[in-house]
Amino acid sequence: METAWVALALTLKVAGWATAINLVLGVAVGFALSRGRFMGRGVIDALLTLPMVLPPTVLGYYLLVMLGRHGAVGQWLKEQFGIQLIFTWQGAVIAASIVAFPLVFKAARAAFENVEPTLEQAARVLGLSELAVFFRVTLPLAWRGIMSGTLLAFARATGEFGATLMVAGSIAGQTQTLSIAVYEAVQAGQDQTAHFLVLVTSVSCLAILLSAGYLAPGRVAGQNQRGWP
Amino acid sequence: MRWQVQMQRRLGHAASRFELDIAFQSDAQRLVLFGPSGAGKTQTLMMMAGLNTPQQGRVVFQNQVVFDSQQSVNLAARERGLGYVFQDYALFPHLTVRQNIGFALKQGLQNPSLAHEDSSVAHWTQVFQLQAVSELYPEQLSGGQRQRTALARALIAKPRALLLDEPFAAMDRSLRQRLREELLELQRKLSLPMVLITHDEEDVKAFAQEVIHIQQGKVVSDSSPYAPADHHA
Repeated sequence: METAWVALALTLKVAGWATAINLVLGVAVGFALSRGRFMGRGVIDALLTLPMVLPPTVLGYYLLVMLGRHGAVGQWLKEQFGIQLIFTWQGAVIAASIVAFPLVFKAARAAFENVEPTLEQAARVLGLSELAVFFRVTLPLAWRGIMSGTLLAFARATGEFGATLMVAGSIAGQTQTLSIAVYEAVQAGQDQTAHFLVLVTSVSCLAILLSAGYLAPGRVAGQNQRGWP
Repeated sequence: MRWQVQMQRRLGHAASRFELDIAFQSDAQRLVLFGPSGAGKTQTLMMMAGLNTPQQGRVVFQNQVVFDSQQSVNLAARERGLGYVFQDYALFPHLTVRQNIGFALKQGLQNPSLAHEDSSVAHWTQVFQLQAVSELYPEQLSGGQRQRTALARALIAKPRALLLDEPFAAMDRSLRQRLREELLELQRKLSLPMVLITHDEEDVKAFAQEVIHIQQGKVVSDSSPYAPADHHA
């Protein structure tokens, strides 16, 4: 049982970081793609969506090639900062972030595109700066959509297996997340541990999905909007 | 001259290409831009407000150049000091009536709080008889209350003029009549210059000191035949 709690704590840490990173990057990229009118928007969108459809092992391989000892980024990090990401929990965060990123930025982009442009213009004409328009009108109106995407991303990051295993390995207490611990337990014939791990994982994922469903846009539209920040 | 407007802009693409070429000047306190829908009235009003940019031209409001393509002057909407009432009122759906009205009083990154109390919010809430609904959200309001909220929200920022896009279009007849009178009375009381666009001749009769007819993106005539005083004489 000890293993399970350690793995759960690690999983929440990795997924939490990955979600926080994705929230900032996903909102920024989603906003840029929803408003910007520049060349290659379609190509950028497709490239950023790729992690959703590529097999996680393929992503893991790309990451290994880039971040590994002989990879361009890996070498640079090692020389400049003495940082090594492979086989660390930070490496797992990067893998989980990339796998879950499309869920946030897709949701954010759609949410931003749904914000009525005249509401932003109304705020401009009332004297607000562009930054204030974003934080007082655009973001609050897109918030629900962004949050539901973010919760899905958190769930996805929690369940990440393939890319994480390739980049961070399976070091108990360091990089062994729940989903990897399940695999290891089954391989080692520890059925009881596996049962318990599976139960913990299922319950956490169900809780996340229920919250995401509650936040999904449309469900509350037309009712009171006090959920908005 | 209160308004000196000369603006050109190409709109749309290929088949639906549309050339907006508007020029007029007016000293009227209550100016009406009148024309059928699709004539380019909203575009004209938005360009006057700085919400849209003409490709060429010059806009002067009360001796201040707010746009001049040759001198590269283009004041942002928020620097022009004009109030704007959108056709569908564009009330912020995530804010209560009171937060909507007080919106312009806070210029920072945060909206006025739910409990935000302010003397000028109270004043305008009272002027437009919105006390009873001040805690409600826009979707819970009637059409007339929405318009009053939009007016209060615009007026609290002390605009130098108020631009109104088809303010009565979405209302039934009796309400329209009453709100026309309210607006007229408000304009007289504040002596605030207003520009109103409409496709309804009744609005022109009730409100205009001067009317500019716009058709297919051009000014076709400029006259002041419907000043209410003349009309009733």
